[in-house]
Amino acid sequence: MKIAVCVKQVVTREWPIRVNEQKTWIRDQDASFELNEPDAYALEEALRLKEKHGGEVVVCSAGPARAAQVLREALARGADRAIHVESDALGSADAFQLAGALAVAIRDEAFDLVLTGLQSDDQGFGQVGVVLAETLGVPHATIIMDVQVDAAAKTMRVKRELEGGWFQWVSMPLPALLTIQSGINQLRYATLKGIMTAKKKEIRKVSASAVPAARQRIVSMYVPEKGKKTQMIGGSPAEAAKELVKRLREEARVI
Amino acid sequence: MIVVVAEQREGKLNRATWETLAAAQQAGGPITVVVPGALVAGIAGELAAADVKEILALESPALEPYTPDGYVAALAGSIGELAPALVLLPHTYQTRDFAPALAARLERAIVTDCVAIKGDGSSRTYVRPMFQGKLSADVAAEGPAPHLVTIQIGAYRADAAKRGASAAPVRTVAAKVDAAAIRQKPEAPFKEAKQAVDLSQAERIVAVGRGIKGQEHIALAEKLAKALGAEVAASRPICDSGWLPMDRQIGSSGQTVAPKLYFALGISGAIQHVVGMKGSRTIAAVNKDAEAPIFEVADYGIVGDLFEVVPAMIAELEKS
Ligand SMILES: Cc1cc2nc3c(=O)[nH]c(=O)nc-3n(C[C@H](O)[C@H](O)[C@H](O)COP(=O)(O)OP(=O)(O)OC[C@H]3O[C@@H](n4cnc5c(N)ncnc54)[C@H](O)[C@@H]3O)c2cc1C
Ligand SMILES: Nc1ncnc2c1ncn2[C@@H]1O[C@H](COP(=O)(O)O)[C@@H](O)[C@H]1O
Repeated sequence: MKIAVCVKQVVTREWPIRVNEQKTWIRDQDASFELNEPDAYALEEALRLKEKHGGEVVVCSAGPARAAQVLREALARGADRAIHVESDALGSADAFQLAGALAVAIRDEAFDLVLTGLQSDDQGFGQVGVVLAETLGVPHATIIMDVQVDAAAKTMRVKRELEGGWFQWVSMPLPALLTIQSGINQLRYATLKGIMTAKKKEIRKVSASAVPAARQRIVSMYVPEKGKKTQMIGGSPAEAAKELVKRLREEARVI
Repeated sequence: MIVVVAEQREGKLNRATWETLAAAQQAGGPITVVVPGALVAGIAGELAAADVKEILALESPALEPYTPDGYVAALAGSIGELAPALVLLPHTYQTRDFAPALAARLERAIVTDCVAIKGDGSSRTYVRPMFQGKLSADVAAEGPAPHLVTIQIGAYRADAAKRGASAAPVRTVAAKVDAAAIRQKPEAPFKEAKQAVDLSQAERIVAVGRGIKGQEHIALAEKLAKALGAEVAASRPICDSGWLPMDRQIGSSGQTVAPKLYFALGISGAIQHVVGMKGSRTIAAVNKDAEAPIFEVADYGIVGDLFEVVPAMIAELEKS
């Protein structure tokens, strides 16, 4: 099986987010970055499918030069090679642009399966995978928690998560695209050996020339207004704890 | 004209449809509600109570059960004919599954997970969370109409949707769907084996998030829960890591709870978590980040390190 995994580089959760002067994007020149969390699960699922069915796992990312970091990490975890659609503008691009950029890189390779995460931790469109499927002309299913491939029959059966604890199995022919939900498997981390061999693996650069026009534009970004009046309790941890217990007992009367 | 796409499963209307209707009414202008499905007369009749111009029952046997291929084909045809300025959909799992493909098929913009609509006409912007809710953005849709916009669950109140003076007319249209072209073959939805704990009955809940750092610290939350007479629950990443069983997960893909007290420890307050607990009577939160979105829904907040605050709380509770 030839499997593509789309991985996005996003700012780390710990980085204290600051908006730029124009209020149209974050000040990402001072940010630290990591692999988008659901994409790590998508990569793990691809590696497990390869272990079972043989083949190749290719990781693809669209983004500025710094995105090579997440490709290296994916290679260290076991991906065979990488494709990097490189352009500074892709760091804050919309889902159509990103899906367009990824489609150019993926289209000619005839993958049996394309995996993406279900959502990015930065823009959180929840779109790139589904738009990519439509662009490539392959069937898709989203928010997947199990993948069973019948390689001989070129079909698969996947478990979709629905709301409120419901699930559903869906079958479809290959090639296809799935968006993977966090928690589908237990992640493996890169070993020292993995990190060493990753240095010899190929990262092919693709130019981002055929990127479509943006279909959405950020007019302004800001810290959300608070809807509810929260009583913030200050003081040392001991003082705050004591005061909170008091208010929960005497004011809210819930303990 | 605004099109609202209704969501139904097995003949039952998803309540989020009424929330999306409220959003459409507040945006202004005539509204057509499109109800895709095999036999949707019942649901169309239910929605006819709303103050809208028309209900369009978009029917085909190929639309039951739901598949993204079926819905994209049916809705692309219908939206093409109606030529609305705006298409609103509830931001459910089903919408996530087909709407981006529909927008791609129509070559139109789609803005997802919106909590508000500002302005009108060409100066309209949509407010949506970014960076896991740490920021909000006003986003403009570019390119020709219609623009597709999905509305976050709970952003508008279902009971804010205005009812009409008389029932809206219902028109039934045959959807153009080729059953043979549908590539996904779905099976019946199911629930995993009976949940061991029913947290919806708990009076008090101590919920832990990624701020708890490691499995070995879960015991600290359990100790606080014991002192409060509470059940322990968690955000999704804690259950994904196997630190607590899946049936203790709160949120859109876990349980929905409304206890007297919900105590959130090291939980950022992402919308998928908040939908599962915002109905709690009293919400208290401890988080080291003063800007964490959890403080937008909390009644009481402590900005601090849970590893300092929680032991102090346990000591305080055990005192009396
Ligand atoms: C379709 C879909 C469905 C989902 N379903 C669910 C669901 O059902 N339930 C759910 O919970 N999530 C769900 N999620 C995931 C959700 O979007 C968030 O990623 C998740 O809720 C974040 O969990 P968290 O708050 O524990 O972690 P984080 O967002 O990483 O937050 C950790 C918090 O801990 C704080 N912290 C760190 N250290 C300390 C310390 N020492 N003391 C105090 N505070 C500290 C940090 O400031 C931070 O705010 C879903 C996502 C999607 C896309
Ligand atoms: N720039 C990118 N490069 C590679 N993959 C991406 C990129 N942006 C999004 N994706 C993939 O698409 C998924 C959904 O992203 P989004 O539509 O932004 O929520 C992510 O989990 C990734 O797998």
